[in-house]
Amino acid sequence: MSKSLVIKGGTIINRKSQEVADVKIENGCVVEVGKNLKGDTQLDASGCIVSSGFVDLHAHLREPGKEEAETIETGSRAGALGGYTALVAMPNTDPPQDSVAVIDFVREQGKRAGLVDVVPSGCITLGRQGESLAPMAELAHAGVTFFTDDGNGVQDAALMRRALEYARGLGVTLAQHCEVAELTKGAVMNECSCCTDLGLPGWPAIAEELMVFRDIELVRITGASMHFLHLSTKRSVELVRAAKRDGLPITAEVTPHHLSLTQELLASYNPVFKVNPPLRSIEDIQALKAGLLDGTIDAIATDHAPHPRRDKEMSLDLAPPGMLGLETALGVVLAEGACELRDVVALMSWNPAKIARVDAEHGRDVVAGVNANLCVFDPQLTWSVDPERLASKSINTPYIGRTLRGRVRHTIFKGTPTVIDGQAQK
Amino acid sequence: MKHLRSIDELGLEGLTALLQLTDHMAEINHRPVPKVPALRGRTVASLFFEDSTRTRLSFETAAKRLSADTMTFNVSTSSVNKGESLRDTVATITDMGVDAFVVRHKSVGIPWQISQWTSASIINAGDGAHQHPTQALVDCYTIREATHAQSFAGMKVAIVGDIKHSRVARSNIQAFTLLGASVVLVAPPTLLPPDVSHWPVSVSHKLDEVIGTVDVLYMLRLQSERMAQGHVPTLREYSEQYGLTQKRVLTLKSDAIVMHPGPMNRGVEMQIDPSDVKNSLIHRQVANGVSVRMAVLFELLGSGSSLGGQA
Repeated sequence: MSKSLVIKGGTIINRKSQEVADVKIENGCVVEVGKNLKGDTQLDASGCIVSSGFVDLHAHLREPGKEEAETIETGSRAGALGGYTALVAMPNTDPPQDSVAVIDFVREQGKRAGLVDVVPSGCITLGRQGESLAPMAELAHAGVTFFTDDGNGVQDAALMRRALEYARGLGVTLAQHCEVAELTKGAVMNECSCCTDLGLPGWPAIAEELMVFRDIELVRITGASMHFLHLSTKRSVELVRAAKRDGLPITAEVTPHHLSLTQELLASYNPVFKVNPPLRSIEDIQALKAGLLDGTIDAIATDHAPHPRRDKEMSLDLAPPGMLGLETALGVVLAEGACELRDVVALMSWNPAKIARVDAEHGRDVVAGVNANLCVFDPQLTWSVDPERLASKSINTPYIGRTLRGRVRHTIFKGTPTVIDGQAQK
Repeated sequence: MKHLRSIDELGLEGLTALLQLTDHMAEINHRPVPKVPALRGRTVASLFFEDSTRTRLSFETAAKRLSADTMTFNVSTSSVNKGESLRDTVATITDMGVDAFVVRHKSVGIPWQISQWTSASIINAGDGAHQHPTQALVDCYTIREATHAQSFAGMKVAIVGDIKHSRVARSNIQAFTLLGASVVLVAPPTLLPPDVSHWPVSVSHKLDEVIGTVDVLYMLRLQSERMAQGHVPTLREYSEQYGLTQKRVLTLKSDAIVMHPGPMNRGVEMQIDPSDVKNSLIHRQVANGVSVRMAVLFELLGSGSSLGGQA
């Protein structure tokens, strides 16, 4: 008889209900939801929300290849502290995730760390070079359901069309990093009045929107399903809204930083604010938030992108783009107050679990019989980020000095607490 | 004042004060022995990560005339080529005891980043396409010297050429407008930033419509790589539309002055020898470079000691 765990007194948010109740967990599963439950171990959840664990569609875990920045273990720990029970690992590793060997390695390292489900994505093209298709059927056979060249957009329209057609036959989802590369050569920040003043090459909104438009039309003729990564502009939201109205099988995500930070931060000359796509204007933020509310945007995904300190101490033009996200996502989203708690759970757990096709185990309602992948968070607690105390191996968080609201208290992964009272358990 | 990184940070008061201080420095430079002990014991390090002739030499000359010690950092023989990070390089030189860094770098923002890593003063000698504040000071001083005007109110200045990639333009737009001039930018749209509507300037794409109305014609250098990048189809076409030709010189107002920050591209933006232009101030710009940079160094590093003594 295995030991039982009871989460006491939290408010459970499910799709069709919201109630204060205890959750009893045994053998990795939720066995009972009700009042006055007893177990061998108890975790207090009073004043907290209990929901299914979060699922990140967009985590750069850097292993293999750039273990100086992050490993699958440290990234998993950061994820657990952020309330995540599953992370989709982006394929821009070295070697990239375009072979079964690398996919298996990433998944195994995830199991070894044992803190979250690490779900490797596969490359669309070999080596993310945009020249020929990766062995997508072989990768799909090895369990990959989510393919992307993230970091690069697939530039060649004919190749992208073939990829979508091929993906439709395999029943997998392609995810696009929307960036027409010819329009963003050397770009450091959004093309705006601020970039004019700073004399920096701009990354125009149109570079994203052109590819969003192109791929919507490719979906229309191929019928394959498509996910748009890290949308950042007002017009992108409008394009996706119209495509969904047409009934196309399209989903989209935004990042916490594109919901909370603007282009003007680059005037600090601090490369921690350099990210791809770049921070945009307040009007773009408003449009992204409206997209969250009306269902145009399906998921909030972190684009967690660790970089070692020395890389972010280079000049703005040379520093690599990207910022940390896993440990701050919830606090940023709730501080922005863009949507209701129920919407936050939908955007960070239910919807991404479906998009990543891990919804058999993640993003389930908290009821008897489901796998116990849960997040318990205090939606009111305010806190500030101490970069030295992050679990991530890197410290490139843009949120130093900002007050976040909402913090993960406990995370339960397969029935075992990975985080208790904000402390990682291993 | 701790640093000189942009005209914006300097402000009108700081700009005016430095121009006045430059008068004193010019006086020193006219002495038989143009050297004073004002910065004796101070050390100025030049960190030039980009080629420069006049800016680097004029800073070094300025430091020497104020009796400061100078250190020159030569990128080609430095540890940077062994992979040392910029932060480590700055920290190393700081440890040797340096009071000011004069920094030129191809990347925007380096002077601000460096100032977080050292207690020394930072002087921006050009960062990417962003700022070149001492060039703007030189140009303002040169105009003031030629026109004897304390304020530029009522003065019309045309800046002609590659505004988009020009740090000189960005600093001068700020400086000229702070002093009261009206500024018109003259360039094809491809050599302008995508949107300058928030800048206090007007814009023209036709030099011939503007040239006869200006008091100062400020020509910028066009780098030949702009052609490869598709900003202009050919240098010849650019030169025909925006170059200063003998014919165009004749359409200038009789007292209009012509300036260029150097180095000139003869045959491109300068189709005429500057010595053939009656009111060219190009040589004055170079000559004033030393006085202006002496003023900057003294303002940042001086401790009120007399400028009058002999070294």
